[in-house]
Amino acid sequence: MTRRLGLILPILLIIGWEVVATIVNNPFFLPKLETVIPVLLSPFSDILGTGSLADNAIISVERVALGFALAAAVAIPLGIGMGRFSALNDFFDVTIEILRPVPPLAWVPLALAWFRIGIVSIVFIIFIGAVFPILLNTVDGVRGVKNTWIEVSSTLGASERQILTKVVLPGAAPTIWTGLRVGFGISWMCVVAAEILPGPTSGLGYLIMYAYNLGQINVIIAGIIVIGLIGLVIDLGFKAVEKRWFGWRGLER
Amino acid sequence: MTLIINDVSRIFTSEDGEKIAALFHISLTVNDDEFICILGPSGCGKTTVLRIIAGLESASAGSVTVDGMPVTHPNPKMAMIFQEYSLYPWRTVEENVALGLELKGMKKPDRMAAVEKYLDLVGLSGFERNYPFELSGGMRQRVAVARALAIEPSILLMDEPFGALDAQTRNRMQHELLRIWEKTKKTILFVTHSVDEAVFLADRVVVLTRRPGRIREIVTIPDVRPRDRTGEEFGQIRRHLLNMITEESELVQ
Repeated sequence: MTRRLGLILPILLIIGWEVVATIVNNPFFLPKLETVIPVLLSPFSDILGTGSLADNAIISVERVALGFALAAAVAIPLGIGMGRFSALNDFFDVTIEILRPVPPLAWVPLALAWFRIGIVSIVFIIFIGAVFPILLNTVDGVRGVKNTWIEVSSTLGASERQILTKVVLPGAAPTIWTGLRVGFGISWMCVVAAEILPGPTSGLGYLIMYAYNLGQINVIIAGIIVIGLIGLVIDLGFKAVEKRWFGWRGLER
Repeated sequence: MTLIINDVSRIFTSEDGEKIAALFHISLTVNDDEFICILGPSGCGKTTVLRIIAGLESASAGSVTVDGMPVTHPNPKMAMIFQEYSLYPWRTVEENVALGLELKGMKKPDRMAAVEKYLDLVGLSGFERNYPFELSGGMRQRVAVARALAIEPSILLMDEPFGALDAQTRNRMQHELLRIWEKTKKTILFVTHSVDEAVFLADRVVVLTRRPGRIREIVTIPDVRPRDRTGEEFGQIRRHLLNMITEESELVQ
């Protein structure tokens, strides 16, 4: 029922869009639905000489995957260390609190100065966007591991290493997963924004910016829809894993 | 198997550098197969005694030895059962019970044989695949008992294990524990603040004073089992213990 209720607004928006587009009758301001749908229905045909929607989507996803994986590879081990050892936390905490509020896009000029235009700069921006939510959630998750859980294992003869792999990691996993999910959402925003900036010649962000330069508003809208759908699908994937593996969260007794 | 607690004291240093004595010159020799209850008013340090024996905390002075070997770390000859929240919510019942054996590197078929044996002993056959949140409080404590027994310790350390259960479940668990104790011939140290529980279970009741906890008296309970909770003889012992506990509690306030 709630699903159906949620569908009403998108349908109204589409109808409203079509009505306004018809009244305005200017494809350079608001194109009609029927000029956008063909773009979406042929995702594998070339658009304006920049490759197809699918090609550009794959490029964007690959960039995100790279930056996101790097962020996770740094943030999860560091977060576990900070969550377990207060000295490590004290050492990094101030620095992180200073860097964290800086919007990822504020790093763009510096990234360009350091890494020039290209994949490294984009991956760097994505990394910055994803690393903090993953890190903070990992620290939180590790701290939230009940002391009794650790003590039970240690009275059963667990080594430090076993406590880490059998208790701390699985105990913190649901919160770490939340961090990954949030971090991924931000990564996805970052990649599109980074691709819109001067430099890149591929990716969904580039595609919609290029379409703007050519006045192809229908391609922009199609691009935005694809960006939204990919983000949605990946988020649903994160949620499905959460439900399947971490359903115990909130049910500790 | 001999457990000797020799002149153990524990002093905490508070945040403003003040030294607070929690335990004061505790000495006790525990015999093989004996059931000892440690009884005292809240905050007297009875849990601290148990944690020092378990090797989870260290004594400021004095020593704990098992068969002549000083205890400095958790020792697989002893297993501890906590008051609550000790099961791993991401593990099924059988995976919880098998944990100690898994940590030792025992092969899965052998682990499962042991799990079956101990789940049967605590009356939980058929619940192997359930998760802790699907069980009642009493059942969860049975799992915790099975998990502790599975590593085949000689001593069970129990920290108010039935404290969170309702009165009926608590009585039933006390019966069950005595049955398991008679069958497995373990030495049990059982911390409680319930006089009834101590009189029903113990061979000897060690009464601690208010903080800093000292041994006020060690009361030997006549070796009659099963015990009549309402019998005349136990009534007198109960009254004697209750008077001591009331006195200690009142001195705190």
